Amino acid sequence: MEHLINLGIKSIFIENMVFAYFLGMCSYLAVSKKVSTATGLGAAVIFVLGITVPANWLIYELILKEGALTWISDDFATIDLSFLQYIMFIAIIASIVQLVEMLIEKFFPALYGSLGIFLPLIAVNCAILGSALFMVPRGYSLGEATVFGITSGIGWFLAIIALAAIREKLKYSNVPAPLRGLGITFIITGLMGLAFMSFMGISI
Amino acid sequence: MKFLHDLFEKQRPLFEKGGKFEKYYYLFEAQETFVFTPPSVTKPKGAQIKDAVDLKRLMITVLIAMIPCLIFGLWNAGHQHFLAIGEAEASFMDKMLLGLRYGLPIIIVSYLSGGLVEMLFTVLRKHPLTEGFLVTGMLIPLVLPITIPLWQVAFATIFAVVIAKEVFGGVGMNILNVALTARAFLYFAYPAEISGDTVWTFIGEGQQMVDGFTGATFLGLAAGASTEGVNVLDAVASWNGGMYEFNSLFLGTIPGSIGETSALMCLIGALVLILTRVGSWKIIFSVFVGAYVGGLIFNAFGANTFMQLPAHYHLVIGGLAFGAVFMATDPVTASQTEKGKWIYGFLIGILTVIIRVFNPAYPEGIMLAILLMNVFAPLIDFYVIKANKTRRLQRATV
Repeated sequence: MEHLINLGIKSIFIENMVFAYFLGMCSYLAVSKKVSTATGLGAAVIFVLGITVPANWLIYELILKEGALTWISDDFATIDLSFLQYIMFIAIIASIVQLVEMLIEKFFPALYGSLGIFLPLIAVNCAILGSALFMVPRGYSLGEATVFGITSGIGWFLAIIALAAIREKLKYSNVPAPLRGLGITFIITGLMGLAFMSFMGISI
Repeated sequence: MKFLHDLFEKQRPLFEKGGKFEKYYYLFEAQETFVFTPPSVTKPKGAQIKDAVDLKRLMITVLIAMIPCLIFGLWNAGHQHFLAIGEAEASFMDKMLLGLRYGLPIIIVSYLSGGLVEMLFTVLRKHPLTEGFLVTGMLIPLVLPITIPLWQVAFATIFAVVIAKEVFGGVGMNILNVALTARAFLYFAYPAEISGDTVWTFIGEGQQMVDGFTGATFLGLAAGASTEGVNVLDAVASWNGGMYEFNSLFLGTIPGSIGETSALMCLIGALVLILTRVGSWKIIFSVFVGAYVGGLIFNAFGANTFMQLPAHYHLVIGGLAFGAVFMATDPVTASQTEKGKWIYGFLIGILTVIIRVFNPAYPEGIMLAILLMNVFAPLIDFYVIKANKTRRLQRATV
């Protein structure tokens, strides 16, 4: 249990998807103008990560890994399908995102309207594929993979709502014209990364 | 006075619209408002706020609050130097002069480089030159060690002024504390000159540190003791003839950045800030509370020896007091809401202790804790305001 909590804290703060690996930047930069929208997208990312990472774990452990197919027949012990992991992971993520999109459209139409094009974009959010790929070499168990997925999502969520709050405040700033929009957002992200350096090197 | 006033009036047409130096109007205006009260005032009729506190007076108050730290810091720089070379009986004047000899250039470089950049942006971006840099330019030297190379001071100041402040539109619009950004920049770009055991004490050419003296800070020694598993207080007790006792930690006669060592002087500064209501007492108080509570929690766990350090020590070591009083209270980057200030300060305190205790890479946590909370301050405000709205909407049900 303690081990899982440590893993969670580590993936939220120390190995934050945005500030430590710079993953998921596209939607992070594009959908961070308002805190309410950012909260919605962040929650969707937590949800999708929480499902896709364990789902991909199952796929990898039961089908792709070398010798994983022995549960069908012992003849398959030498088969190694892990070269398929990219395409399989992406397919799983894309189909789950499609499902989430339909659910949100059905039950939260307002949120669906404000997320707009960015919800399908979660499918290509590199933070999500990234987590699935990180999970493999780190050799997580199913429980660890689930915790890792959810907490990576929480880390990304924290990063995007913090940026959104800053950008809402920034409306009153007199940013030089060439930097308005994405330019200043990149600078803010860099400065936030500087602040997040406080957690680098903590080992728990 | 009249002569000066006439001089300004004579030059005014040159700088006003259509004049020869129209471009430099804000430089002219800055000079003028520096010497005289600004000509544009609120009309007396119908004005609701009747107080002469403007940005200039606000900033000067902070500068005054920093004077005790500055003077003590310069003296302490000399004090540490003479202790290190084994001439502890040197006079007050000697110590002060040495501090001035090596401290003043840092201050001058910081003001000059930052001021030039500010002026450049004033002309280019046509916004008024404000007094915000008066404080930043003094804070930067106070958080640096006395041995810092001057070019690094200039480099960091320019970086911080441009990237942390001017790209956001100047004074009052930045998201990270400018002085801390300068320090963090140096810390990550040139760690050798701003961390370790040897940078905190000035040792001249051909002089040698006497045996038994260490230039290490309390935090450095504590982190070292913690990795070796020795009780921190026992470990530091033997250094420098009991230099790291609680009293001297509180008074500040220890190695460290120029202005940060003395908790006492910071408290005097805090008194000035609180009495004049320039700094928020809520933030200052809650940072100390946060650090104390953080210390107590770790005492309860006590997994390594740094965690077992009595909680009140956390309040006087390192730059916690200086950060709490002068950095965390920065009205631009702190939380703006009153409830938010409690949360903001408390989290800074706790985070500082967490970073100190857990992160062997950074002995001191206050700088990064404040920067991190600067990042989250707008979010805290957002939720405080949202909660307030919800509460009032509920009350308003008809």
